[in-house]
Amino acid sequence: MLSDEERHEIEAELTRYPTRRAASIDAMRIVQRHRGWVSDEALRDLAPLIQMTVDELDGVASFYNMIFRRAVGRHVILVCNSVSCWMLGAGRLLDAAAAAAGAPQGGTSADRRFTLLPIVCLGACDHAPVLMVDGDLHHDVDPADAASLLARYE
Amino acid sequence: MTDRPLTGRMREDGAALDLRAYERAGGYAALRDALRRLAPAEVQKRVKDSGLRGRGGAGFPTGQKWSFVPMGADAPHPKYLVVNADEMEPGTFKDRLLMERDPHQLVEGVILSAYAIEADVAYIFLRWAYKLSEARLARAIAEAYDAGYLGRQILGSGYSLELRLHISGGRYMAGEETGLINALEGRRANPRSKPPYPAVVGLWGRPTVVNNVETICNVPHVIGRGAEAYRKLSATGEGGTKLYGASGRVKRPGLWELPLGTTIREILEEHAGGMRDGVRFRGLLPGGASTDFLVDEHLDAPMDFESLQKHGSRMGTGTMIVLDDRTCPVGMIRNLEEFFAQESCGWCTPCWAGLHWVADILRDFEEGRGEMADLDTLAAHARLLAPGNTYCALAPGAAEPLQSGLRHFRDDFERHVREHRCPWR
Repeated sequence: MLSDEERHEIEAELTRYPTRRAASIDAMRIVQRHRGWVSDEALRDLAPLIQMTVDELDGVASFYNMIFRRAVGRHVILVCNSVSCWMLGAGRLLDAAAAAAGAPQGGTSADRRFTLLPIVCLGACDHAPVLMVDGDLHHDVDPADAASLLARYE
Repeated sequence: MTDRPLTGRMREDGAALDLRAYERAGGYAALRDALRRLAPAEVQKRVKDSGLRGRGGAGFPTGQKWSFVPMGADAPHPKYLVVNADEMEPGTFKDRLLMERDPHQLVEGVILSAYAIEADVAYIFLRWAYKLSEARLARAIAEAYDAGYLGRQILGSGYSLELRLHISGGRYMAGEETGLINALEGRRANPRSKPPYPAVVGLWGRPTVVNNVETICNVPHVIGRGAEAYRKLSATGEGGTKLYGASGRVKRPGLWELPLGTTIREILEEHAGGMRDGVRFRGLLPGGASTDFLVDEHLDAPMDFESLQKHGSRMGTGTMIVLDDRTCPVGMIRNLEEFFAQESCGWCTPCWAGLHWVADILRDFEEGRGEMADLDTLAAHARLLAPGNTYCALAPGAAEPLQSGLRHFRDDFERHVREHRCPWR
């Protein structure tokens, strides 16, 4: 079931486009903001609201990197692995983040505190290497500081 | 003192210019003037005469792109202007600066550009990762509505425009012109066949222009200064300034607004401060991941569209990625091709099949399993990925660092084969 709040926010997005399906990505982003990810049940609830079939909607969901179709931990760590960060130690940063978070690349820690995902260029290449936690961008990150950085996210 | 129309009025403390500060610095004067005195065709002509070319990577002349839009009483409506603020080209971080520090400059550019093509609705298609840009643009758009720069009958003229902000779901393909249009319609960001071009049949089948953030930010200056003065800002006559950038092992990675056509050497040595101590320059990608490598012999080339094309590369986004001698060139190319393979949308065979194949071969080289014959296979893929074999420019873009890397770093590839290992590991 969509919450009243989710439904209300989605209705507002629907007014911004001439078709309902155009709001499909916004609608899934709204659900994800509230629940952390987009479950099968959420897709079934959203589909009639935006006049798409569940499969069509899943086709859109699975295309985009930032729509999560699997449950994530309380905090999502995104480590940039594109070229500038790669040159300046993204590999070591990923390893350090995995060790500090207790989560494998692409996975979630046993205590569900962290999900760790490699991500394409975050657009802060002059401050490589960078990572993002819950939308906070951290730049010029020394892999040695990964643990203290993540300690801020309970 | 260099004349820096795009960044000259930005605050030193990193905060955004709000509406009042932007107006005090001369902002929205070009819009007031245009709505009072210039017909849309005259705005288009000024942009065409200025020589402004797209800053998103392809470098298509902006005025010419606009000229394909049907105009006048018989034109289909609504017409759309879409700002491509997806900035997902690896190594590129220039549009973020423009949106974070001077969001009203973009908003004014949107209104002027939309007026030029008589658009009814504009969308800013923004990268999900740019949270600060999102907040500052949302605020600037709200301020512009309150001040009568957006909405019905702008500044008492007969022109009306709605401006909406859309946050991308995140995929490289969503920054491709027709992929972006599909994404805005709530679809997978696969490319569309051209023709018909978006200027005629675009968003929801209506005439649509898609322009990059930096391109649009130039428009108020073209209108405000006039085409001739704007053209003279460049060093080589191509029109305007350019936000150049550098990342990699240089002393001062960053962004600088400089006359279009500034040489690579000046950007690299004077502005980026040269290479960090203890490392040597090997080459660079001049404008993002999907441009051909340039090396020592090219450093005196002006960074503009025509010069770099003559040297077998492209200016792309103008933000260079610098390769140093502590980085394995094969590894760098493998990282680039893995990116393209992952971000390929799966629409065209040379791209979805070829890029994973390429990435596999490059991994073989790094792990000591590469053979001389693999070099021919890589070269063959580079040809298959070339323009004309796919719907969009992702595959041709992926071919650029590959084909030029094979040429400039052939010895490094061969060393991997001879030594059965990556010499940098």
